[in-house]
Amino acid sequence: MGKKPQSQSEMLKGTLDMMILRTLLGGDAHGHTIAKVIEHTSEDLLEVEQGSLYPALHRLEDRRWVSSYWGVSENNRKAKFYLLTAEGRKQLVRETSRWRRMTRAIGLVMGEEGGAQ
Amino acid sequence: MSWLRFFRRKRSDAELQHEMDTFLAEETADNEARGMSPEEARRQARVKLGNSQTVRESLWTQNSLLPLTHLGRDLKYAFRTLRRTPGFSIIAVVVMALCIGAATSLLTIVRSVLLRPLPFRDPGRLVMLYEHHREPNISESAVAQGGARGEATYNPVAPADFYDWRSKTHGFEDMAIMRSGGYNLTGERGELPEAVHAVAASWNLFQILGVQPAFGRTFTASEDQPGSAVVLLTWSVFQRRFAGDATIVGRQIHLDGRPFTVVGVLPSWFSYPDTRTLLWVPFKTDASPELLQHHDWHQSRVLARLRPDVSLANAVAQVGAVQYQLHLQYPHDPVNEDVVPRSLNEDLAGNVKKPLTLMLSAVGCMLLIGCLNVSNLLVARAAARQKEVAVRSALGAQRATLIREQLAESVLLCAAGGLSGILLSMLSTQFLAHAWKDLPSAKEIHIDGSVIAFAFLLMCAAALMSGLLPALSTTGKTMLKALQTSSRTGATSVSRTVLRKSLLTAEIGITVVLLVSAGLLLKSFLRLRSADVGSITENVLTLQYGLPDEKYDTPEKINAFNEALLERVRAIPGVRGAALGNTVPAAGFWGDFVFTVKEHPPLKAGAELPDGLMRWADPGYFSALGIPLVSGRFFTSDDRVAHSYKVIVSRQLVRQYFPEDNPIGKHLHVPAHEQKGAPGLVDYEIVGVVGDTLYQVGQEAKPALYFPFLEGISGGTLAVHTATDPLQFSVPVQKQIASLDPTLPVSDVLTMDEVIGESLVNARLSASIVLAFAVLSLLLASVGLYGVLSYLTTQRTSELGIRMALGAQRDQLLRLTLIDGLRPALLGLGLGLVASFAATRIFQSMLFGTKPLDPLVLSGVIATLLAVAVLACLAPAWRASRLDPMQALRTE
Repeated sequence: MGKKPQSQSEMLKGTLDMMILRTLLGGDAHGHTIAKVIEHTSEDLLEVEQGSLYPALHRLEDRRWVSSYWGVSENNRKAKFYLLTAEGRKQLVRETSRWRRMTRAIGLVMGEEGGAQ
Repeated sequence: MSWLRFFRRKRSDAELQHEMDTFLAEETADNEARGMSPEEARRQARVKLGNSQTVRESLWTQNSLLPLTHLGRDLKYAFRTLRRTPGFSIIAVVVMALCIGAATSLLTIVRSVLLRPLPFRDPGRLVMLYEHHREPNISESAVAQGGARGEATYNPVAPADFYDWRSKTHGFEDMAIMRSGGYNLTGERGELPEAVHAVAASWNLFQILGVQPAFGRTFTASEDQPGSAVVLLTWSVFQRRFAGDATIVGRQIHLDGRPFTVVGVLPSWFSYPDTRTLLWVPFKTDASPELLQHHDWHQSRVLARLRPDVSLANAVAQVGAVQYQLHLQYPHDPVNEDVVPRSLNEDLAGNVKKPLTLMLSAVGCMLLIGCLNVSNLLVARAAARQKEVAVRSALGAQRATLIREQLAESVLLCAAGGLSGILLSMLSTQFLAHAWKDLPSAKEIHIDGSVIAFAFLLMCAAALMSGLLPALSTTGKTMLKALQTSSRTGATSVSRTVLRKSLLTAEIGITVVLLVSAGLLLKSFLRLRSADVGSITENVLTLQYGLPDEKYDTPEKINAFNEALLERVRAIPGVRGAALGNTVPAAGFWGDFVFTVKEHPPLKAGAELPDGLMRWADPGYFSALGIPLVSGRFFTSDDRVAHSYKVIVSRQLVRQYFPEDNPIGKHLHVPAHEQKGAPGLVDYEIVGVVGDTLYQVGQEAKPALYFPFLEGISGGTLAVHTATDPLQFSVPVQKQIASLDPTLPVSDVLTMDEVIGESLVNARLSASIVLAFAVLSLLLASVGLYGVLSYLTTQRTSELGIRMALGAQRDQLLRLTLIDGLRPALLGLGLGLVASFAATRIFQSMLFGTKPLDPLVLSGVIATLLAVAVLACLAPAWRASRLDPMQALRTE
């Protein structure tokens, strides 16, 4: 409840939500898969901390952008699967375009031609 | 959504744990697949997962409603703290319960009596109209109704005035007139005869009220005529006497032996103007032409419905103008010059407004004392925790958090107290409402949602009031000082001691106000009870009857019955005397007559006309009731019918209107005295002067005119003075009446003590309730005093030890601590006395024979308070003087 300094972690939280939504676009997944997919896709540049993954998933569920059900993982373990809702899809589109504009703007400021891709 | 999450925290936490276990297992499996040893795989997986406890905690907070959680925690801590000191907690809760309970009960009554919307159509536009005497000195009939000096007077209206108002003004949609009366209801199939209260009302009254009858119809304009014989039943008599049989409508019942046709039955909720009224007849049914024509027959009440587009002041001014014209037109009659409106609620509530306000203020005072007391005790408790608070705030606790924590205690106390108070009041309200004789609608009084809501509000206010002060006092800027100072000096307590002492001073001050008020009310009540009515009151049985006109149609028949009855009753063994009059002393106002003295020069136009109470007495009335003869003679049995133009006056009348000359043999002109056939034409010769009697205990004696009962009065009060317990004579006396006329009902069989007592019930009730509050407040104040002083002496233990070591004597220490405790008591006493001088002026009019600065009451209060204060201080002071100096010096 104490106020943490508003640094990257705050901003990352926003991007983490977006990345989770993006990952779920590829199909339902449980927490471990989501983390693994993000890490792999980012060529292991991004490491998803569990400390933020689960709170993020619950937050997304609260906002009804994802929903969840208990299923069985590929290794036959009982796992909680998350799936993207219609509302979540819309949010993903909004987030993506916001992200594009933001990176382009930052790219322009940083002097890169046509913004960063 | 978030509420849902809040209550599902446990479940979602379990799910999360499960989820993370799966993650761990998957990761371990992955790591093993990468070729790690099982241990290494699990370790790496755990490293990757991080601290699962942190994740759980952060999710838990995410799912929590923070304020609610904190509240729960604070309350839990507060509960534990309170449980550690059960004595203090129980006292505080009981105090709060009593205060809030009493306040709730009184509020319920006030709401039901004074603020309740009446069940009529658009009740906001209904208003009662009264005649009003513009002169500053009060009119007598208003005093009879209990009106106090200097307040608006409400005089009953003369029908002739009313008919002029109705035809000549346009501010009101319509006006109705009514007056009370009574009938003997006799059965057709041999039911017992019964005397019932009835109201005669103009035909349009029910239209104005917007009341539809349950069966049948209300009156029509053509039925509102002299001699008409229609009647409306109220629900209660319909159920009780006619077994709820709706076919009674259209049939006949017998009132005073005359057949009346029942035209309708009023609905069950209709209990206007009171529950005693059982029948309604048209206004003019029994009205003599004199009643309708004379402008001085002030016996009726007027109800009016305001036009929606006219202001009340405007409408009343119009009526007032008409009344002023009438006043000018009849300069020699008692015609008032103005008109005042009165709200229906207030009209029904009558004179309970003042006592209610008084009790409400008493309860307010007690609530304040209760809060101050709890506050005081909490300050002491907070002082004990001061170090803890200081350390916590040094470690970064916010002041708001600390205050909230301390408030939790008072919130808990007040909530517990408030809830039990509401329960208490639910139990006691009915009792209180029934114990109170004047309340117009005791049956309709019950606690409703808004009163409970108000009680909750009161509870919150009390919690804030009692909690905020101690909380603020401990968490202020002095925090650092608390850390710096060593406990040996006791210096930290100085400011808090001042706070506690001022709280105590306020508490004692308010207690003094309550004590003084209670003392005055009590003394006034005692004076009332011992007031000399002016006649014998012990061992007197009274009962009332009325002879029906049909059967007793001549004065001779009436007198024959009355004289036979008196003779038979006087012959009963054990009866010392029997009196027959329209009423007995101390039984009420019963109307008055204005008169002029024929032998005196005519009064100036506009001067107030002399008036006196109207009384009728049989020849033996005065001697039977022990009313002394001052001069002249009593009535004889010759003073009857045609020879009866005689009058006996009271000493007060002589004092007031015959200051210099002998009244015997003078003649009084009494225009309103209805003599069959010759209204107002006869002068009455004064034949005697008798001692004064009070018409009501608590009111000054008024001039009275006694006329011979044997002029043919058909009903009244029989008073029987007996040698032993008068109630034992009620059956023999009633048997005598039944043997003379078996169809004649008897009502109001009471002893004279009961008649007088009835008017004292309310005085006793206000006195005892306020006294109870005052005693409770005194108790609270002494507990507070004791608490503060005990605390102070404990704080000063080491100081006292040093004093002793330096040679102070024990009695010096005793004096020192005693004075310390008595100072706030004395200060509070002084302030309280000053405040009570102001407060008691407010209810001065409720006091009888007692001045607001009654020396006996004041000295009693001072003595009581000082005694209690010394007692409360003595124990801690004694303890201080008995300290072992070595022990005291060692005390940390």
